[in-house]
Amino acid sequence: MSGAGYAPVHETPEGKVFTVTGGDWDQVLSDLDPLHDDKIVINMGPQHPSTHGVLRLVLELSGETVTNARLVIGYLHTGIEKNLEYRTWTQGTTFVTRMDYLSPIFNETAYCLAVEKLLGISDQIPERAQVIRVLMMELNRISSHLVWVATTGMELGALSIMTYGFREREKVLDIFEMVTGLRMNMAYIRPGGVAQDFPEEAVKATRELLKELPKRLDEYEAMLSGNPIWRARTVGVAELDVTGCLALGVTGPVLRSAGLPWDLRKTMPYCGYETYEFDVPTREEGDVFARYEVRMAEMRESLKIIEQCLDRLKPGPVMVEDKKIAWPAQLAVGNDGLGNSLSHVAKIMGQSMEALIHHFKLVTEGFRVPAGQAYVQIESPRGELGVHAVSDGGTRPYRVHFREPSFVNLQAIPAMAEGGMVADVIAGGASLDPVMGGCDR
Amino acid sequence: MSTSEQSPATPERRDGMVPAQSGERTPAERGVRRGMFGVTGSGDTSGFGGLVRRPAWPEAATPPFGGWFDEVYDALQEAYPQFPDAIEKVVVDRGELTLHIKPEKIAEVCQVLRDDPALRFELCSSVSGVDYPDDPTGRRFHVVYHLTSMTYRRVLRLECAVPEESPRLPTVTSVYPTADWQERETYDMFGVIFDGHPGLTRILMPDDWEGHPQRKDYPLGGIPVEYHGAEIPPPDKRRSYQ
Repeated sequence: MSGAGYAPVHETPEGKVFTVTGGDWDQVLSDLDPLHDDKIVINMGPQHPSTHGVLRLVLELSGETVTNARLVIGYLHTGIEKNLEYRTWTQGTTFVTRMDYLSPIFNETAYCLAVEKLLGISDQIPERAQVIRVLMMELNRISSHLVWVATTGMELGALSIMTYGFREREKVLDIFEMVTGLRMNMAYIRPGGVAQDFPEEAVKATRELLKELPKRLDEYEAMLSGNPIWRARTVGVAELDVTGCLALGVTGPVLRSAGLPWDLRKTMPYCGYETYEFDVPTREEGDVFARYEVRMAEMRESLKIIEQCLDRLKPGPVMVEDKKIAWPAQLAVGNDGLGNSLSHVAKIMGQSMEALIHHFKLVTEGFRVPAGQAYVQIESPRGELGVHAVSDGGTRPYRVHFREPSFVNLQAIPAMAEGGMVADVIAGGASLDPVMGGCDR
Repeated sequence: MSTSEQSPATPERRDGMVPAQSGERTPAERGVRRGMFGVTGSGDTSGFGGLVRRPAWPEAATPPFGGWFDEVYDALQEAYPQFPDAIEKVVVDRGELTLHIKPEKIAEVCQVLRDDPALRFELCSSVSGVDYPDDPTGRRFHVVYHLTSMTYRRVLRLECAVPEESPRLPTVTSVYPTADWQERETYDMFGVIFDGHPGLTRILMPDDWEGHPQRKDYPLGGIPVEYHGAEIPPPDKRRSYQ
């Protein structure tokens, strides 16, 4: 057979099975009988560079048209929600930050807002901590959208945008490292506030980023928006209107690209978003190009919010006053991330027995959360991120469920892909910006 | 005595609760804790072993509930004649409204909540489950729905409790297609069966997996870690404070 070597074939009860790793499609299919084998089932993934992580697609093709698309997920399921039930409420942040690894700050914030709602301390969070949370979230939104434009560009053949997107994202991650000691999975937002103060050098670095990034975003748009190949791959591709989005629960940039200005930062504000000035970009077309335009515009809006945050950063505490909740250790950034500050260790070991007892109790036992349940929803880069937290009055979560936008949005792939070309499955799937770590949790 | 010395035949639960045994369940209180350090089987010389701690769960509320809660409650009552049959209780807690619905009525209630012009809960945000093995009514699995009204900017929680013997309730996928995967996840994690679901299969766990991992009597798993000669038990076997 012509494809021998890179496309070995073997017979099964369901028909011929080809294992394709590359090469020319016509050559692979050259010895198929077109009368009897007009329907082909393709398995794409879970290890495939264009399926955005370990996502598996099973496509039924008639020619190059997709007639049926089914998704298989769960390859990255790590049982984070179950694990949370065996740690204290504070330790939970280190787990949830690893769910959607491109937007860790959002996972942490949503989780902490839920814990604070359960504790009834939502209105005691210091002003500075709220501003830092918003600032970090918007920086994270930019870094997440930059990865989106980078990877989507790569998947559609625009390789240079990939290197540029990751280059600018690295600048954002540098700021994260300055603040938290870590580039990703920082566990920086904590119940009651944030782990440690936003340093002055990070303010400087952020101001520099604010100057540089608008130029870079213009460059991306100059590269992509008018590019005939980019337009051919995105305009009119994988359309989904508002009705379809709402029925399938799709939120975030995808919903806004269809024309509904639903952004939880505006419609159901949290963390003081109602006091910031920014717009909610929308488009009417509901295709991949509109989603690209919405995300680019959102990055510019995030820059506006970050600027306002920097102006509002007034000295003050970054953790609630209640010593029964606030993490006792003053943390400091060391070579390997956040650690205890040496002065704090010297104090509890050398001077104050009571401080040592308090430290020990709160760190090993944790704080108690009154029984009940709470639901918090925030606008993550991918849409509504919801946290349903249940407490039974103990020091550990009784149940935490994450309503992950990646998980919910992925359901829309069959609606976008069926009836379209097989190449558009990639564009449509990428335009949802799924992160499998969040989807499978 | 450390928990790792206990016999593996009677695994100690970290929260001190006894897993519900089907058949011989006695009405219990949810989440009662006994003792202090999660240690049993050794002589109690401290007296802390006799401690009993009962959590204060939010109580059922009666009208008026305050705010928009009354508007939603009244509109639902008006639009849905069988409402008194369908509602079990109403809980108002932490600024959130929870309607406990009889499981067999959930699809009808969702239909009204979505379509009535005074309610308009267009988006089903989340479907998940919670396992209360010692639920006082003997129905351990609670399926929790969070509905968002984009028109009125409200979030409403519906809760349905089903027993372990027949963990069934109708699907809401005909009203909210987005519930498809979320119901599959709840089935996968808790074993709750949604009647009428177009394809109720496992979604996160492999197809041939046995058991439902988010149930409270499903062990976390894990192996002890040895470091410099000392052995650290897995997280669910470690000592915990009650």
